[in-house]
Amino acid sequence: MINLQVFELVCFYAFAVITVGAALAVITLRNTVHAVLALVLTFFSTACIWMLAEAEFLAIALIVVYVGAVMVLFLFVVMMLDIDQEKLREGFVKFLPVGLIVAVVMLVEMLALIGVRAMHAQAMGVNPATAAGQSNTAWLGTALYTNYLLPFEIAALILTVGVVVAVALTLRQRHSAKYQMASEQVSVNPRDRIRIVKMDAVRPVEPVVAAAPEQESKP
Amino acid sequence: MPLSTSILLTIALAPLVGCLLAGFLGKQIGRAGAHCVTILGLLISCGLSFYVLYQIGFAGAPAYNHNLYTWFEIGHLNASVGFMIDRLTAMMMVVVTFVSLLVHIYTIGYMADDDGYQRFFSYISLFTFSMLMLVMSNNFLQLFFGWEAVGLVSYLLIGFWYKKPTAIFANLKAFLVNRVGDFGFLLGIAAVLYFMGTLDYATAFAAAPTLVGKTLAITQGTHWDAATVICILLFIGAMGKSAQVPLHVWLPDSMEGPTPISALIHAATMVTAGIFMVARMSPFFELSTTALSFVLVIGATGALFTGMIGIVQNDIKRVIAYSTLSQLGYMTVALGVSVYAGAVFHLMTHAFFKALLFLGAGSVIIAMHHEQDMRYMGGLRKYMPITWITMWVGSLALCAVPFFSGFYSKDAIIEAVGESHRWGASYAYFCVVAGAFVTALYTFRQMYLTFHGKERFTVVEHHGHGHHDDHGHHEPGVLAHAPKESPWVVTLPLILLAIPSALVGFFTVKPLLFGHWFGSAIHVNPANDILGEMGEHFHGALAMALDGFISLPFGLVVLAFAITTYIYLFNPAMADKVKSLLKPLWTVLDRKYWVDNVYYALFATGSQKLGRLFWKAGDTAVVDGVMVNGSAATVRRIAAGTRRLQSGYLYHYAFAMIVGLILLLGGYWLIGQ
Amino acid sequence: MITLSHFIVLGAILFCIAVAGLFINRKNVIVLLMAIELMLLAVNINFVAFSRFNHDVAGQVFVFFILTVAAAESAIGLAILVLLFRNRSTVNVAEIDSMKG
Repeated sequence: MINLQVFELVCFYAFAVITVGAALAVITLRNTVHAVLALVLTFFSTACIWMLAEAEFLAIALIVVYVGAVMVLFLFVVMMLDIDQEKLREGFVKFLPVGLIVAVVMLVEMLALIGVRAMHAQAMGVNPATAAGQSNTAWLGTALYTNYLLPFEIAALILTVGVVVAVALTLRQRHSAKYQMASEQVSVNPRDRIRIVKMDAVRPVEPVVAAAPEQESKP
Repeated sequence: MPLSTSILLTIALAPLVGCLLAGFLGKQIGRAGAHCVTILGLLISCGLSFYVLYQIGFAGAPAYNHNLYTWFEIGHLNASVGFMIDRLTAMMMVVVTFVSLLVHIYTIGYMADDDGYQRFFSYISLFTFSMLMLVMSNNFLQLFFGWEAVGLVSYLLIGFWYKKPTAIFANLKAFLVNRVGDFGFLLGIAAVLYFMGTLDYATAFAAAPTLVGKTLAITQGTHWDAATVICILLFIGAMGKSAQVPLHVWLPDSMEGPTPISALIHAATMVTAGIFMVARMSPFFELSTTALSFVLVIGATGALFTGMIGIVQNDIKRVIAYSTLSQLGYMTVALGVSVYAGAVFHLMTHAFFKALLFLGAGSVIIAMHHEQDMRYMGGLRKYMPITWITMWVGSLALCAVPFFSGFYSKDAIIEAVGESHRWGASYAYFCVVAGAFVTALYTFRQMYLTFHGKERFTVVEHHGHGHHDDHGHHEPGVLAHAPKESPWVVTLPLILLAIPSALVGFFTVKPLLFGHWFGSAIHVNPANDILGEMGEHFHGALAMALDGFISLPFGLVVLAFAITTYIYLFNPAMADKVKSLLKPLWTVLDRKYWVDNVYYALFATGSQKLGRLFWKAGDTAVVDGVMVNGSAATVRRIAAGTRRLQSGYLYHYAFAMIVGLILLLGGYWLIGQ
Repeated sequence: MITLSHFIVLGAILFCIAVAGLFINRKNVIVLLMAIELMLLAVNINFVAFSRFNHDVAGQVFVFFILTVAAAESAIGLAILVLLFRNRSTVNVAEIDSMKG
């Protein structure tokens, strides 16, 4: 048992280091594509840490939803836009000290507030899902579909709205492009397309234009 | 038979109805409609007033005192509208409605070609209503309502020709001076409420003896006698309304209004409200000899010195106005020596003959095409005999010639002052006796200048120009037509007023002065009952008049008659000689003792400066500058500051959020420790 | 033995890194968005840890919702980004100050 706990701790530290390192990479890397990839790594290692906390469903969801969907979206956008990387990095060095100071001050405050030592002793204890005789997914799902049904539905609605908004924002009609309007094609009336003209069989005599003599005399 | 409420209500409300009809429907009912409806209202009111007087004064009906309507109640203070009709009230009602009725009739002739015909009738009816509310009131609040309402109507009527700058100045002056008096009056009412806890006359008068010994500490360590304070404050109100000396300045200027108004308001009725009020408050005034001495001295001063100004006036209406001031002084003197009945008696006789004099003066003014300067009159007696005769009747009454009504009232006052031992009575006696001389002087001067002597105007007939009569815009003393007697609507009131002016005193002196006719309406302490003493020597009106022929005042009147007759009839150049001989005195009188100048310099400029200060500092600087524009500017400044915060840059907002977060965390940390 | 502190400190560190990222990459909207994702992740770590240590399912439910909303937010944010780039040919925040007062 001791070995297992030590192993867990080692694993935690390893993933934590990777997470922090990847996070630092996210904010410092010059190339935005690389930054996105570092973010993917951050998420991935965080998912591993969640695994250590026995939150398997969320860990998988993080990888599938975030890494699989959102991060790909990020990559897509980054690669699609032609961004002048150098210009965007102006002031990086200039604001580095400020950023560091703010971050460090905040970290100190947070740690002080958390009271690290006070919680140090609290062990992880028994997994509540296991105690309930369920898997983590079933445990979470039961909660979601019973007590949290309304928020769950609202979350679904938010996602739907998000999709609609994203499409509505980025959709544009190109005037140069040519579209096929199926509805118009279907509703066409033959009479609009064909005109039957009744004509006489004899060709009419063209009127003779009297030529002006002055015009002819001119060169 | 007790009086019925509906009769009293009709008396009070009939003029109001006439006023509203003429005022609001003036265009619809037309000129004739306006005067018909108002005169009808007055006729009803006047007839019923006579009926009430008969019932209460001669048929033995008990006094009426009932609340008709509760206006509001605050705690123990019950403000109601009610009537208290006793003999004093009944007499006042008759005087008011009778004079008012005649003035209404007279106005038909006087205002015949004025644009504001309906408005005028509406105003004078409103005035009658207000005055009736004042005299019929059974509580202080309603008294104050009537008091202010007659003040308002007076303001409206003095400024009736509102396009005339002098009229506007005069009505503003009247209003402001009356405010000073009203301030005292209101304080007096407040003091009554404070000490008595009620505004009802009957209750307050019944409780009046409890005032004795009470004091009022206005400031630390001063103990003012409560009765004295109340009485003097109330009398300050009377000083404003009845134009007593320091506050008299508005009355001569009020002659800017149309003449019927001068007769009705500024001679016969409204200005007597103060006298009436003091008589009504006699239970209070009897408690304070100090206040009565104050009243006495003020009245005596007015009786003599304002009369003297009348001698040097050239405007026919102003002479009568100053005589009104003087006669009001007489009434006040009577009040001051506790002869309330004498004051009210003189009020009544004065109402008749002064209205007569004013209306007669108005008749002259009509004849002279709105020329009021007596220097351009003279010899009018052959043009307008009715006016001439009636005005002589009024003048003789004013001068207290025996048998005329003025004699009985005025002589009684003079005699009562002589009998009185009150502080200031000897000064007052001198003033009223000298005042009799002065009265005769200006009265006869006025009569001679107007009706006798040479004609000092010329008549220039405009042939072929048709009738164009633009009043008072031609050269002074030049008339377009020869003066002629006024129409019957003008002369009828003159005749109707001349009769009581001549006779009313003879018939009423016995009951009113010596017969305790007023009964409980007027309260006089036995110790102060001069009239009672005088009554012991009274042997009938005839004997009194015969005695009057050998009295000192009558001697002075005869002397004045002789002087004026000599100067103005036989030796007109003498007037200028006397004038240059008494130049300093003449200047003092002509300048009206500089009272106006002092007031103007002291109060008017002072308040103008104060007003300018408030305007500049208060309104422009504080209200406009600080509050209105200042608040806008502050918002603008704050907005300009916060505008800079809105940089539009995302990272600034993020930075602000994070700084906030840091501060929040730090705060929690500190609290946690 | 892994304790609650391990997770929370990790969350705090990640959050602070994200804050620092906001500051030093103040011009690149894409990196800003990613920093926000990092912040959310830090919060999520805390939620998971608390859920696990306090035996409360609410924490993990909340993570679920945060993931949902964050996904929607990223989608819309990126859509706005695309629109922005299309109209102004830049993702430089310093050049976007239409809201300046």
